[in-house]
Amino acid sequence: MGYHFDFSDLWGYREVFLKGIWLTAVLTVVGCGLGISVGIAGAASRQYGPKWLRVIVGTYVELMRNTPFIVQLFFIFFGLPGMGVKLGEVTAAIIAMVINLGAYSTEIIRAGLASTPKGQIEAGETLALSGSQIFRHVVLIPALKRIWPALSSQCVIVMLGSAVCSQISAEELTFAANFIASRNFRNFEVYFITTIIYLGLAIGLRQVFRLIGRYVLGAR
Amino acid sequence: MMSDIGTWDIFRNLLLSARWTIVLTLTAFIGGGIVGMLVLFARTSGIKPLVLATQGFIELFQGTPLLMQMFLMFFGLALFGLDVPAWLAAGVALTLWSAAYLAEIWRGCVDAIPKGQWEASSSLALSYSEQMRHVILPQAVRIAIPPTVGFSVQIVKGTAIASIIGFVELTKAGTMLTNATFRPFLVYSLVALMFFALCWPLSLWARHLEGKIHGSRAH
Repeated sequence: MGYHFDFSDLWGYREVFLKGIWLTAVLTVVGCGLGISVGIAGAASRQYGPKWLRVIVGTYVELMRNTPFIVQLFFIFFGLPGMGVKLGEVTAAIIAMVINLGAYSTEIIRAGLASTPKGQIEAGETLALSGSQIFRHVVLIPALKRIWPALSSQCVIVMLGSAVCSQISAEELTFAANFIASRNFRNFEVYFITTIIYLGLAIGLRQVFRLIGRYVLGAR
Repeated sequence: MMSDIGTWDIFRNLLLSARWTIVLTLTAFIGGGIVGMLVLFARTSGIKPLVLATQGFIELFQGTPLLMQMFLMFFGLALFGLDVPAWLAAGVALTLWSAAYLAEIWRGCVDAIPKGQWEASSSLALSYSEQMRHVILPQAVRIAIPPTVGFSVQIVKGTAIASIIGFVELTKAGTMLTNATFRPFLVYSLVALMFFALCWPLSLWARHLEGKIHGSRAH
């Protein structure tokens, strides 16, 4: 086919790649940390909150889960300034990731909360634990342990989805790839290497979640 | 010039471009279903190299961004001297991406069939393909339908990524209309609502089907 692959000059762009990987990692860590927090709050509201709060959280979850991430991102970055809310590209990217993951993790964590046996809570009450102690030690942590695999997969999906943030010029890994491809015109080679890096990041992130599950939550 | 395009025109143009979102979704769903079925057969065949190859395929497409897959199709197919239009690259990438997820979803359903069914059918001297066709799949399909409908929502949302490689569907039309009208808030609200109108019924349907299965099991 007369095309010669040439990966050689990509090494010269290693710092551009590393900068991109760094922002992708920052987006992922901040996005997942805050997103899971929103998910815990949302799940608790939906499970134990008053009716009006359950309706609001339910609407939020349905709206986020049934629209594409890229449209949410564009709405926040391009749409909101029209309403007077101007955000930087990294802030907009993080907000989009947080509200997106927040909706998914609300549903995932709620399933965990709902599967807590009633006897566990009654046992906690018998031991004179306060309401917040029961929620934290008896309900939440065992629930997180049960749904941890599903939550990990969702976070990997969000990390991979962050590739789209290059479109609002957040300088993450895909942005770095686009930049390099526009310089050396070796499109296929650049995106091939970038794909492999993403695969490595996904495998790495899964391992991080496994370790958190084992040492922080005490899951097997 | 920008005043030429009113709210109604924006709405109408978005609605027209939503056709391409639907066409791309159907292509990916049907193509992904066929390829996913082949991957499923290879995955459950018990033949070591086939199993390893399908595991690699699934890992690759579930562990990398859909956007990268589209870029690779776009520039990769061009290496064979093909002039690759955006719809082809998007269609092929979405098909393979859907196949990886559907194969994994369906494998879960096949695994859920009790082992005794395999043993009983092999004691009747059925071959692997006969076992699949007459014993395993008829039972697996029943539990596979709700998660498959649920995944179709992900495909609809996945088509939005095709806008980045230049396929004019709902999202890309939204970007173009924004550039022409400078009304991003209105345009992207409408784009989001139209995606919601496509996805929500599918989500509700998936939930309804799931409830039906769990309901019938409770009896």
